[in-house]
Amino acid sequence: MQEREMTMLEALNLALDQALARDERVFLLGEDIADPAGGIVGVTQGLSTKYGHDRVRDTPISEAAILGAAVGAGLQGFRAVAEIMFIDLIPIALDQILNHAAKMRFMTSGRLSSPITIRTATLGGMGMGTGATHGQTLEAWFMHIPGLKVAVPATPADAKGLLTTAIFDDDPVLFIETGALLGTRGAVPVDEFSIPFGQAEVVRSGNDVTIITYGLGRPQVLAAADTLAGEGVSDEVIDLRTLLPIDFPTVLESVAKTRRAVIVHYATRFAGPGAELAATITEELFSQLAAPVARVGAKFAPIPQASSLEAEVFPSVAAVVEAAHRTMSGTAEALVR
Amino acid sequence: MEMRPSSPPPAAVRRRMYELMTLMKAADDRMTKGITTGEFIAVYFPHRGQEATAAALGAALRPTDQLVTTYRGVHDHIGKGVPLVDLFAEILGKDIAPGRGKAGTMHIASPQAGVMLSTGIVGAGIPVAVGLALAAQLEKADRVVAVTFGDGATNTGAFHEAANMAAVWNLPLVLVCQNNLYGEKTPIGMTMKTKQIADRARAYEFPGVRVNGNDPDEAYATLSEAIERARAGEGPTLVECMTFRFRGHSIGDDMVYIPKEQLADAEAKDPIPTYRARLLSSGVCTEEELSSIEATALNTVEEAVKTVVDAPLPSPESLMAHVYANPDKAPV
Repeated sequence: MQEREMTMLEALNLALDQALARDERVFLLGEDIADPAGGIVGVTQGLSTKYGHDRVRDTPISEAAILGAAVGAGLQGFRAVAEIMFIDLIPIALDQILNHAAKMRFMTSGRLSSPITIRTATLGGMGMGTGATHGQTLEAWFMHIPGLKVAVPATPADAKGLLTTAIFDDDPVLFIETGALLGTRGAVPVDEFSIPFGQAEVVRSGNDVTIITYGLGRPQVLAAADTLAGEGVSDEVIDLRTLLPIDFPTVLESVAKTRRAVIVHYATRFAGPGAELAATITEELFSQLAAPVARVGAKFAPIPQASSLEAEVFPSVAAVVEAAHRTMSGTAEALVR
Repeated sequence: MEMRPSSPPPAAVRRRMYELMTLMKAADDRMTKGITTGEFIAVYFPHRGQEATAAALGAALRPTDQLVTTYRGVHDHIGKGVPLVDLFAEILGKDIAPGRGKAGTMHIASPQAGVMLSTGIVGAGIPVAVGLALAAQLEKADRVVAVTFGDGATNTGAFHEAANMAAVWNLPLVLVCQNNLYGEKTPIGMTMKTKQIADRARAYEFPGVRVNGNDPDEAYATLSEAIERARAGEGPTLVECMTFRFRGHSIGDDMVYIPKEQLADAEAKDPIPTYRARLLSSGVCTEEELSSIEATALNTVEEAVKTVVDAPLPSPESLMAHVYANPDKAPV
């Protein structure tokens, strides 16, 4: 497949462009998404000019109505791609995700469904000073909603492949973009392609410890992995890519080999996705583990404004290295934290 | 919207509305009896007293038009043509229900009849109806979407966001407020300063009109006008239908918050005997025809209840079906 170097932002734009071109039942709605604004940071740039304002539709600042309209159009067979600018704003419209989009198929025993895609973004970890209401990482909330799927891409290629899957999947999907990663560059298949949900990527192979992450954790874990490699630790890095479903077979196969696991995410460590991963790894592989599963996540504090404080909330590369050390240094010390 | 003095609807429509009202009443009486006597256990929100608006809406909408309603929606469902067996089976959670025991009273949908959603979340159906109306507009279909809700729903953000969006996009939507004067157990005088809910449409620059929701002829005329306005591409209308709820919020409600005189006054204006007398005096129906309609309604309801009561509950193995279209690797 032909590839081209592009940013994650360009990859998202290309995925939306190709979905609009492929299926006239696809349409986009959200605040500021039409040209000339083309989105708050430009993800939808040019699309309303190409496909018209009916299909790339600016809305009032009305999150509940945006997602309600997406659900309703979905009941009639449309594939609405609704943008909620930041994940911090989703609670305004959560009812439509929790009580309608995720439940329609179940409540009607398959007679109706709302296969919507909700595109949203987290600004967590950007160090921009967006603070307590515009810098949160809330993906764990949505892992409690049967009927919903949750994707968190970390590379330009994954962003394109997973967004295409999200739009054409017959289940509703929360698609979380990471502001800090929108400018990252990578090789992306130019033609339409999709990445199945629940298929993690083994980013790096190793034998001593498995480090599991997603989203903004990925570049951080890869930086930590370089440090660890320099110390002679052979680490395996897994990017989950989707949190609902989670690719447990890949995770368990890896940890069965390395006997050690570290989970890294920007969501709070307390009751974060890592808790579910650690519990499952322990249930399935208890007798094979060389050390307790280690978790690295955000501190249980609102996101502060000052960059010095924000850096304290989110996991650091040093914290990832230190967690890996704990799993390598034996059971007693690993139990300390 | 101007209220124009209009001639009554055609006789066939008036007879149809009376048939629907008697069927709605018989269904509500039977569900209430079954639950209060312990014959069956169900969550149920009685509509008794609100039949006229639902009958008028059902008669005014085309079969291809769509409806979004609420947890208090059985009268609306009957008006739109949802079969009684389906309704009772949904309420009692039986395997013969189209929702196979996964819907319940608050979540009944019947796409064949055009009922696309019933919501248990006050106000939440209105934005979904906006999406259905947007779909009709995008498809260039001549379909109209009606959404019904209570007075309390007009205090939700969802109502205001949806009304504004429907106005901005000029959608083929009719917003039907069944104003029964109580939001759950609180009288509307304590929850809004607005004297007429219909006036809330003025904030969004589309017509709002209040009608006697207990008069099927008046409600039919206004709803028909609003529906045809929407169909002609002239955008949304809010129709406030004044009515009353005889049996409180849900079965078991002691209604201590409703003054006895208010309830007695409302019952004295019960839309069903009132309309019956009008059809008789105006010569639309004979006494024999009306009695026959009533007997048929009772029989139809009794047969449907028997079918449903005798039907089995869904098998436990069916729990995980339809959580996802594609459940690969999903949690269990």
